[in-house]
Amino acid sequence: MTDSSKAVRVGIEGVFYSLAHVPDLVRYGSKPSRELKANPALEQQLKNQLRSFDAATAYAPHQVYIGNITPAQLSNLAKPWYDNLIEGAASNGRFGDLVDQEWLYSLLAQADQFNLVTLEEKWFHEHTVNHANGKAVRVGPLVEIKTLCEKGALELYAGERLVGAFEPGHAEDASLTADVLLENLAAKVTAAHSLASLLNALKLSPEEIDFVISCSEEAVGDRYNRGGGNLGKAIAEEVGCANASGSDVKAFCAGPMYGIVHGASLIQSGVCNKVAVVAGGSLAKLGMKFESHLKKGMPVLEDVLGSFAVILSQAKTGEPCMRLDSTAFHPVRGGASPQAMAESLAEKALAKLGMRLTEVDRYAVELHNPEITVPSGSGDVPRTNYMTLAALAVMRGQIKKDQMEDFVRTRGMLGYAPTQGHIPSAIVYLGHALDALRNNEIKNALLISKGSLFLGRMTQLSDGCSFLVEKSEK
Amino acid sequence: MNFENQGVIKRLADQYGPENLAVVLGNSEASGVEVFAETVTEGDPSYAGPLAGVSLKIPVYHVLEKDVMAVVPEAMREEKLQLSSLVIDVEPMRQVLQAAREKL
Amino acid sequence: MLNGKKVIAIGERDGVPGPVIAECLEGAGLEVVFQATECFV
Repeated sequence: MTDSSKAVRVGIEGVFYSLAHVPDLVRYGSKPSRELKANPALEQQLKNQLRSFDAATAYAPHQVYIGNITPAQLSNLAKPWYDNLIEGAASNGRFGDLVDQEWLYSLLAQADQFNLVTLEEKWFHEHTVNHANGKAVRVGPLVEIKTLCEKGALELYAGERLVGAFEPGHAEDASLTADVLLENLAAKVTAAHSLASLLNALKLSPEEIDFVISCSEEAVGDRYNRGGGNLGKAIAEEVGCANASGSDVKAFCAGPMYGIVHGASLIQSGVCNKVAVVAGGSLAKLGMKFESHLKKGMPVLEDVLGSFAVILSQAKTGEPCMRLDSTAFHPVRGGASPQAMAESLAEKALAKLGMRLTEVDRYAVELHNPEITVPSGSGDVPRTNYMTLAALAVMRGQIKKDQMEDFVRTRGMLGYAPTQGHIPSAIVYLGHALDALRNNEIKNALLISKGSLFLGRMTQLSDGCSFLVEKSEK
Repeated sequence: MNFENQGVIKRLADQYGPENLAVVLGNSEASGVEVFAETVTEGDPSYAGPLAGVSLKIPVYHVLEKDVMAVVPEAMREEKLQLSSLVIDVEPMRQVLQAAREKL
Repeated sequence: MLNGKKVIAIGERDGVPGPVIAECLEGAGLEVVFQATECFV
């Protein structure tokens, strides 16, 4: 172990995770919107396989996500999880919640400052007026909603009922079409909800936050500035963080981990006192694998927008913290092989602390729910990542080959995050990590995230970011 | 296999002749391999991509198959492939791909 | 087997990525005419 006095620690005050259940927005996910256009018959099949809010709430992986079930408990639950719903499951969790579609539509309307969203007035007053908390929301009669949709607005449905219209922001700007703005506004409001909920849970006032970093995968801008960004500041405003400014950190799925590193650096340097790192959901990824789910008679599982918020501040003795000095990146010269990635992101992070792979109590990797990914041939991503770490430990002589499964079982976990890109990438485990650290179940956890930069066609490289979390000693 | 890559394979088959090509995969699990193999031999089984109904009959391998690993220089194999061969169970994939190659 | 063939390498990010397959087969003296990495999540 390195000299403890040289350790650089930044406190993690808390984390909150939210899932917005939006079955009637699945049709606007990237894959469904293309497939439904090519094959309109799929639309009815898709609608037939959408699940209710209660079913989404009682879905075991979602209960893990919001903190009511631990990842370890998940491995003892009967599969398939979508057929073995949890009785008495609550939509409020230890460190998270599920928000239903009515509430999400209301959040969109409340956060809209450009007259993009109009809700049907009868539906609004019947269903969601209480969510608005007195904030102004644009409403109109059904005939107006229909007219807007005929002119090109996106239809917002609640089941078969047309309940709203989402207009484009500009007649000709491809960066301000209705679908782009819906994606961006959904990211904004889901992140804002997570941050507001976290402040409430920690009994902090929004004015105590001095910086908000947003790290989701949307692109906020116009045709001259397609990814101009700073959704962070828009989220700060929405939550009432009047003393905060913001900025965005973008790194594909590794964004949240980089966001925390940058936020922690602001704390460590003394530039800021309390930094919120937040991410909103990815509307584009809704229903990504819906075809294989339909083919296998499964419900459409990618019907939730995942978001989170973390608040960082000075480390406190005896409380969970992140070791800023353990931060590891994957350099340009680092190769693309799983071995090279594991060396850069696991071995090097630990080497900075004088630790071996076998001294990490828990690893958090890409924690995608295998029930979503396996039916479409995409495999069990967490398991592959854990086996890679175990294999590296074998190659370093730290464990034997026949101990690999044990390594995976004791230091890893089943995936449970929705396939929302940046959300499953290590950060999803932080809530359970904080609990496990406080309960002394674990001494540390290494969070490792990866980003597929090659998807943007600017580089062939892969990327990643990792750091250790532990309890702060004196 | 994503449609973009199907399109490229189709273009390369037109350019070089499919009999001069081979596909080498790096999948982590067997579940996707069968579909990939069928796509470049018989055609896209989902009938949706550029290779829908296009039977290229290109032989498909997995990079971790013994015969493929054997041609890779030893140092490179150890540095870049050895760990993957501990992680990935190649045998089910080899069986699927061997069967696809024998059909050609 | 692969001798004389032009290779198309389709990798997977968490499996063996495209650039790695390409490097290994080029090291074996084969011509790689295209490589890509698919990311399923």
